[in-house]
Amino acid sequence: MKYAYYPGCSLHSTAKEYDLSTKEVASALGIELVEIPGWACCGATPAHLTVQSLSIALPVKNLLQAKNMDAGDVVTCCAACFSRLKIANHFMETETEKRKEVEGIVGERYEGEVKARHFLEVLTKDLGLDKLKTKVAKELKGLKVACYYGCLLTRPKGVTGIDDLEDPRLLDDLMGTIGVEAVKWPYKTECCGASFSLSKTEIVLKLSGDILEMASDEGAEAIVVACPLCQSNLDLRQGMINKKLKKSFDIPIFYFTQLVALSLGIAPGKLGFDKHMVNPVKLLKKKGIIA
Amino acid sequence: MKWFVSQDVIKAPIQDILERGSGQKVRRCYQCGKCSAGCPMSFKMEHLPNQIIRMIQLGMEKEVLSSQTIWLCASCLACTARCPREIDIAEIMDFLRRRAYLKRVKPKLDAKVLLFNKVFLWNVEWFGRLYEIALIGMFNMFSLEFFKDFSIAPKMFLMRKIGLFPALKINRKEIREIFKRSHKVGLDQKDK
Repeated sequence: MKYAYYPGCSLHSTAKEYDLSTKEVASALGIELVEIPGWACCGATPAHLTVQSLSIALPVKNLLQAKNMDAGDVVTCCAACFSRLKIANHFMETETEKRKEVEGIVGERYEGEVKARHFLEVLTKDLGLDKLKTKVAKELKGLKVACYYGCLLTRPKGVTGIDDLEDPRLLDDLMGTIGVEAVKWPYKTECCGASFSLSKTEIVLKLSGDILEMASDEGAEAIVVACPLCQSNLDLRQGMINKKLKKSFDIPIFYFTQLVALSLGIAPGKLGFDKHMVNPVKLLKKKGIIA
Repeated sequence: MKWFVSQDVIKAPIQDILERGSGQKVRRCYQCGKCSAGCPMSFKMEHLPNQIIRMIQLGMEKEVLSSQTIWLCASCLACTARCPREIDIAEIMDFLRRRAYLKRVKPKLDAKVLLFNKVFLWNVEWFGRLYEIALIGMFNMFSLEFFKDFSIAPKMFLMRKIGLFPALKINRKEIREIFKRSHKVGLDQKDK
């Protein structure tokens, strides 16, 4: 299995531990990830709020870069990059008139032929949970988590289309496969405030605070995410949330790849647990998952 | 809230312009309010998403473009996923923000999201990828909140969550060219 890897800006900065753990999991499972040389930012939310052509042209530029590598589908771990790549592809497939203008901007013909995938799909669909189960070295028994999907992994319908819109299951099933208990909770696809992290921090504190509270009320000891923006809003800002809401949440926020890596027997030292604001090591030790 | 909407306003072309530009059939909305019921930002909005749609149907372009609502939309797409009339409300919000950007209409109270978008895109245009230190520094400077996030920024730096230097090995000239051409093309904002 070979993919062109598009890390996106977050995985090279605030979400380095996501990048580290993804690469560890991939290499342990024989999945080859070849980073797209010279990849650029997808434009994220600011681009699609400002100029439509830019919000399509930037992802297309990266997809074209991947096309020239001939490494198969593009895989990314960031739910926001994933969404922008998928939306750009959908646009280039369906908007036959406007497509020409975008082709003029990037200087190449493109009709959405390079498929964009999320690493969660690669694990659960391409590799498959049955195959993954055979590679699990030790099940992470006793850990109770809330699987948090956020907005952009599943929405909009017919564009990303990787799971059910209101009750996605991919992360829950994945956690089940590695022995982690996923609690039932109603905030799977609520919004954390996403890109308002800098511009409207007080809103992020409220929305992310609600998510932490619901997870904790439903008995989760940690939250598992598949998006670097969700992770940073819930983890980096947890201290500020506690201060503002007068709470004492101490809920580690894991990337799914970190827990999968532990179940495959990969050393915790390689998974970037020192880059979390809320220390996850305490909980993992308490559960006997790491020594 | 009570409005007096004059005949001239009702005849304003914004509904047609929006339907042409975004491909979204605003006319189909029958005001069920499901978009507003599921909106995580509605608690901060002066006009709810379904009210914005109604205002467009009534031709109230000026009020819509200068509203705080369009800049509070988090693009979470919950409304789009749930609309029984299959209107992509988030796309409409995008269209309105892009129109406000083009027409240089600023929201009445708080233009911080606009500032963030501008600083973010400068950053990408200049460096090809996000260069966080420059992004945070510039945003704090222009928003006059010089010490915002000083409680976590140094820690992030020590954890090497933010780097000191921008990424290399990117063809920045090419990226700048894409920015230049994109601003000329615009795509959805052909109508004046």
